[in-house]
Amino acid sequence: MFKPVSEFPLLTAEDLRVHFPVRTGLFMKQTGAVKAVDGVSLQLGVGETLGLVGESGCGKSTLGKALVRLLNPTSGKIFFDGREITHLGQGALRPLRRDFQMIFQDPAESLDARMSVRSLVEEPFRIHGMGNRAERKKWVDDLLETVGLSASSAEKYSFEFSGGQRQRIGIARALALKPKWLVCDEPVSALDVSVQSQILNLLVDLQKDFGLSYLFIAHDLSVVKHVSDRVAVMYLGKIVELADSETIYRDPRHAYTKALLSAVPNADIKVKRKKILLEGDVPSPIDPPAGSAFGHRMSHPRYEETIGMDLSLREIAPGHWVAADPTCLEPEDWEKLRV
Amino acid sequence: MSQGNLLEVDNLITSFDTERGMLRAVDHVSFSIPHGKTVGIVGESGCGKSVTAMSIVRLLPQPSGKVLGGEIRFMGEDLLHASDKRMREIRGGKIGVIFQEPMSALNPVHRIGRQVAEVFRIHKDMSKKDAWDAATEMLDLLRIPAPEKRMMDYPHHLSGGMRQRVVIAMALACRPSLLIADEPTTALDVTVQAQILDLLENLQSDIGMSVMLITHDLGVIAETCDEVVVMYAGRVVESAPVEELFGNPLHAYTQALLRSIPTLETPPKSVLPTIPGTVAGLGEHTHSCRFCQRMGRKSSMTRERPKFKEVQPGHWLEICKECSNL
Repeated sequence: MFKPVSEFPLLTAEDLRVHFPVRTGLFMKQTGAVKAVDGVSLQLGVGETLGLVGESGCGKSTLGKALVRLLNPTSGKIFFDGREITHLGQGALRPLRRDFQMIFQDPAESLDARMSVRSLVEEPFRIHGMGNRAERKKWVDDLLETVGLSASSAEKYSFEFSGGQRQRIGIARALALKPKWLVCDEPVSALDVSVQSQILNLLVDLQKDFGLSYLFIAHDLSVVKHVSDRVAVMYLGKIVELADSETIYRDPRHAYTKALLSAVPNADIKVKRKKILLEGDVPSPIDPPAGSAFGHRMSHPRYEETIGMDLSLREIAPGHWVAADPTCLEPEDWEKLRV
Repeated sequence: MSQGNLLEVDNLITSFDTERGMLRAVDHVSFSIPHGKTVGIVGESGCGKSVTAMSIVRLLPQPSGKVLGGEIRFMGEDLLHASDKRMREIRGGKIGVIFQEPMSALNPVHRIGRQVAEVFRIHKDMSKKDAWDAATEMLDLLRIPAPEKRMMDYPHHLSGGMRQRVVIAMALACRPSLLIADEPTTALDVTVQAQILDLLENLQSDIGMSVMLITHDLGVIAETCDEVVVMYAGRVVESAPVEELFGNPLHAYTQALLRSIPTLETPPKSVLPTIPGTVAGLGEHTHSCRFCQRMGRKSSMTRERPKFKEVQPGHWLEICKECSNL
């Protein structure tokens, strides 16, 4: 059984699956399922950032939402701080929600335009019935200062701010209840580079100050490398490789990780890397290939062998996990992993 | 500027007529695109890079957008004084345009085939059958699998990468001399982006066209462009051949931009250099150096406009005491 080891797991997911039913016809009979997340196991340590990368449609956002129980998992287990939260109802979840929060990609859409910044940031306190008016006012002022917004911005509305400042408001809201971990879903991809670096610095600082853990979802691999301790690479609902970020970028073993890394445009003019160009797109998660999904995309000659094979993650080097898939590994790596 | 240029933009001024008066989005912008080369236009949102492109092909939002001055010469022809009829011939004929979001460039209720064939019908005056065949061939050229089948699809049947290929097919249908690509890969995954950029590079050498590539991604610029134009707040602050610009950036803004992106080589969780402040809004711009204005320097209060000079062969720079490092 796969267990990527974190010394003090804050969060553990075991064989998590999130399937969305596909219904067709007059009686909306279920004819299939979108297997958005299909058997993911991972752990997140205290104060750790786990980066999650993959192409659009690979299920990374769905995984993030399922882990904070904004979506209900189809099967599998989620443990938070040693307690199983997979099937807790909304009422039982509410006190726990203080501990996990989410930051979204588009700050403009996640903030109510009719609420002032003060009421936006104060809302979590009101929902959880915390503090009196004076206390809440002070907390909001402190939070705005923490995320680098002036106190005068409290009385303005979110649309009066630029994208970067709006993201700061989103972060202030997420931090209000002193959470233990945050899911950051593409928090900087809508921002300009100069603003992006400000927000990344803020996230790194906050982690140091408050001991936060992050699940950091992004498609920009340079950004993920910058903030993450470990990185998980996701392909069609499954994690195909997981290692500490230095290792995964220096020594990727899975063919998909290699292709993904080689595709990153490099601003260093002196380095000319050879690109691995992938053909086609991510296959549909409604009708995924029976064997290795990536082997299928590459039309690998050994694809047929992978049908029915156990392609789960195995440890190829200490802390470096990769899917045991003959179509995606170098022959010597495959020899090491096959049992 | 030499005769070897396909497009020359000289002191272009574009303004928008708004409730707050005329707001100048593009302020004396000059650059040129040589034959067969790729020129990247880079800058943050709102710096005027897209407005510059729209001014060239006369697609500014109407009635508010107006070109108030300057010159645009394309293959020797003055585009600012061309008739609307002539501009319609040039757009899609001699100049192809592709935008960031392919869905907004495609009509959701018509089949792909009809939309691509339409370009041939209008610009090449082909019969329905010939246009259809030419369109199929074009999709094949863009390495779209099973082009005959795709011709019968609607845009929503296709993935983002495939849609962008269709849009590129339409833009390249008439083998244009210039392709204006406004953030063509921003909405796509890195893997698909690599496919599209590779495809564009190959097609460019086949057709022998020039490309004006607008992007905020310095990585994309470094890998695909021959020359780079850096824009800030409606002005060009620096332009140079790509190796020169990345190897020897002379304007403080270019330097700051290059420093602020994390690369795969940046130490993890280190503090990234940032650019303080924010870009001033349209209408709040100073007349003097606008990057000084962002940095809150006193020198930005003067009325004098910084000069734009060629400091080394091919390397143009906006001269400011504080911002240019000569």
